[in-house]
Amino acid sequence: MEKNLILAGVGGQGILSIAFVLDNASVRAGYTFKQAEVHGMSQRGGAVQSNLRYADHEIYSDLIPSGRVDIILSVEPLEVERYWRMLAPDGWVISSVTPHVNIPDYPPMDQLLDQLTAFPNVVLVDAGKIAKAAGTLKAQNMAVLGAASPLLDFTDDQLLEFVGVLFARKGDRVVQINERAYRYGKAAGLFFRGLVDAGVAPRIALELGRKMDPATIDPGLASRWAGRVASDPAAAQALLDSEGDLACDRDL
Amino acid sequence: MKREILLGDEAVGLGAVHAGISGVYGYPGTPSTEIFEFVEGIAKKTGTIHAFWSTNEKVAYEEALGMSWAGKRALITMKHVGLNVAADAFMNSAITGTNGGLVLSIADDPGMHSSQNEQDSRYFAKFAQIPCFEPGTQQECYDMTAEAFDLSEELGVPVMLRMVTRIAHSRSAIEVTPAPREQNPLRPSREIHKWTLLPSNARVQYKLLTEKQPELLRRAEASRFNRIELRGKRGIIACGIAWNYVLENLPGDHDFSILRIGQYPIPAGKIRELVECVDDVLVLEDGYPFVEEMLRGPFGLKQAVVKGRLSGELPRTGELNPDIVRRAMGLEPRGGLELPEAPVGRPPTLCPGCPHHDTFLALNEAISIYDTPQVFSDIGCYTLGALPPLEAIHSCVDMGASIGMASGAAHAGYRPAVAVIGDSTFAHGGMTSLLSATEQHVDVNVVILDNDTVAMTGTQRSMATGETLDRIVVGLGVEPDHVRVITPVPKNHDANVGVFREELAWEGPSVIIARRPCIEKVKRHK
Ligand code: SF4
Repeated sequence: MEKNLILAGVGGQGILSIAFVLDNASVRAGYTFKQAEVHGMSQRGGAVQSNLRYADHEIYSDLIPSGRVDIILSVEPLEVERYWRMLAPDGWVISSVTPHVNIPDYPPMDQLLDQLTAFPNVVLVDAGKIAKAAGTLKAQNMAVLGAASPLLDFTDDQLLEFVGVLFARKGDRVVQINERAYRYGKAAGLFFRGLVDAGVAPRIALELGRKMDPATIDPGLASRWAGRVASDPAAAQALLDSEGDLACDRDL
Repeated sequence: MKREILLGDEAVGLGAVHAGISGVYGYPGTPSTEIFEFVEGIAKKTGTIHAFWSTNEKVAYEEALGMSWAGKRALITMKHVGLNVAADAFMNSAITGTNGGLVLSIADDPGMHSSQNEQDSRYFAKFAQIPCFEPGTQQECYDMTAEAFDLSEELGVPVMLRMVTRIAHSRSAIEVTPAPREQNPLRPSREIHKWTLLPSNARVQYKLLTEKQPELLRRAEASRFNRIELRGKRGIIACGIAWNYVLENLPGDHDFSILRIGQYPIPAGKIRELVECVDDVLVLEDGYPFVEEMLRGPFGLKQAVVKGRLSGELPRTGELNPDIVRRAMGLEPRGGLELPEAPVGRPPTLCPGCPHHDTFLALNEAISIYDTPQVFSDIGCYTLGALPPLEAIHSCVDMGASIGMASGAAHAGYRPAVAVIGDSTFAHGGMTSLLSATEQHVDVNVVILDNDTVAMTGTQRSMATGETLDRIVVGLGVEPDHVRVITPVPKNHDANVGVFREELAWEGPSVIIARRPCIEKVKRHK
């Protein structure tokens, strides 16, 4: 077993916090790991990434070779496109769709989402909305980590232990918010995939997930929601256009 | 054995602590900063290690040399270009030799992720005729540091530990010794002649250094970090981290003959051994073609074809990676996917609310009345002011260059000659140039951006900020009337433009101090 991840985002979005959790979980699980990161100038709001590799055998290169990236885990949608050509043929993209716009020529969101949803192995979540629901916008990184977790080789407990360690200094409340963001992110990611795997177009699946109150999302209901979208697209669209958030169970 | 998760930088720091250092010395610089900070973290807990950032790399080196003189072990940390500043102390410390172990851990930046050049520190080690270690893994960062201290103390020479960004800033789990070494007792060197490099002493000392060379070479030949495995007719020499990229690509049943180098001087015997049994040698090194050039020799090598950065098998500049190395090894490239490219870049920018932003807006407006004005600047967050939309500065060369260059331009008749420099950079390399300017009464305008910290590298302590800075500026001879302090906030914009205009118009050296703390510093230290 060997997993190669590129953690992507913008300076200040907490890429290194995700790396901290995965590094420690790897060691705890008995894997070897290497994790190269970017410090210095680019941390000032520029594009940042970290190459993270873990395996049950020795890892040599700190950098992942092209074509060998298993997962791009991105806290920002545009940043996916900086690295996704390094993906292995069966590689995955796990990304937030919440844009971080700090450049004047940020591409149109619609175009970006079309490109991302056209990629088959994709999991998209609205980390901004999820983190806010969990208690702070700062927890977007943990939401995306949650969304990626089903593709990783750790249990929730293995990862959450180090989410706890990471935020321990800031007190119980911050720890709980970040755990919540992780769980909401995981549910949202699974819900998105559940819809797509049941035949819902990825753009619709994304919009449906974003429309829901993150606290209510239950991936177990994805196939029933998919059925509902398929049987009555107009009604589904009306739900998407309605005011306020949907509750995943109540509005089904 | 205990396992710890550490950056390469941190592994060096821990290696040094476990090797019994009594002091760490340095100036912040990416990618070396975390070496010092890691030791500093331990020092704060134990109180047994001196850890205080120095004014610049030369000062750091000299302080460390003093500690070595006193018989104790000292670690020095800096980035590659920092050694240009410390070169005088460094070169001559090879002549004096050491008493307590003295190790210079230096981080090069091939690919220039955060630097203005990619100079290769191995040339400096050769220049000074001292040993150099080059780790390829985080474990080696730790192990080599301990060996470097032992070697330094045993042979009485400073030792270099040369890293590159990708090892300095990459994390892994390493095994650490359960039995750290005790610090040395105070035992000052009494060999006065050795430390007093009058020509008559220096000749003796220099001869001693040259006489140590065969022993240094013997150590490198026997080093466990220099390993050779002979198989087929295609040879590879892999230095430091390049070894990882070879292993990443090496098929199990390969027929390459490989020499891996991790300790210098270059193990000439091992190289000969390799060259004698291969038809060609691919030299892989992150940095300059240091070994390759040596191998090729001034007239080219007869026995084997040398491939590398000079022959075009590898790019002449930039960082190595597994893909580049794979291609050079003649293996089938592993392609990526055909997908759209990111349509736009995302360069770093000043933080929202950064004081530099307001200073630059005022300076831009004040100076706009002159014909195509250009501003000399320096190294720090404010260098980002060169990028659009501000485009407020037009040079960045080395730490402190702004004031000297503005003075030179003024000597040539250029007006207005404006230098923009940060408080810490001013302490590091600007004070002496300002003294030159005041002594000559040069018509320069020096803007000191006093944000109370070394911001770019992570808000370390600045040496010349606040009142200290004001006193230094006046002490260096700037007339008090022309030392102006402004607060760069949006509501002061017009007033600040006015201050700039007045000082630009005055013929003589003036200093405008733009004082407001870095946002990041305030956040981190509250
Ligand atoms: S770190 Fe400080 S000095 Fe640097 S850009 Fe941010 S606010 Fe400005």
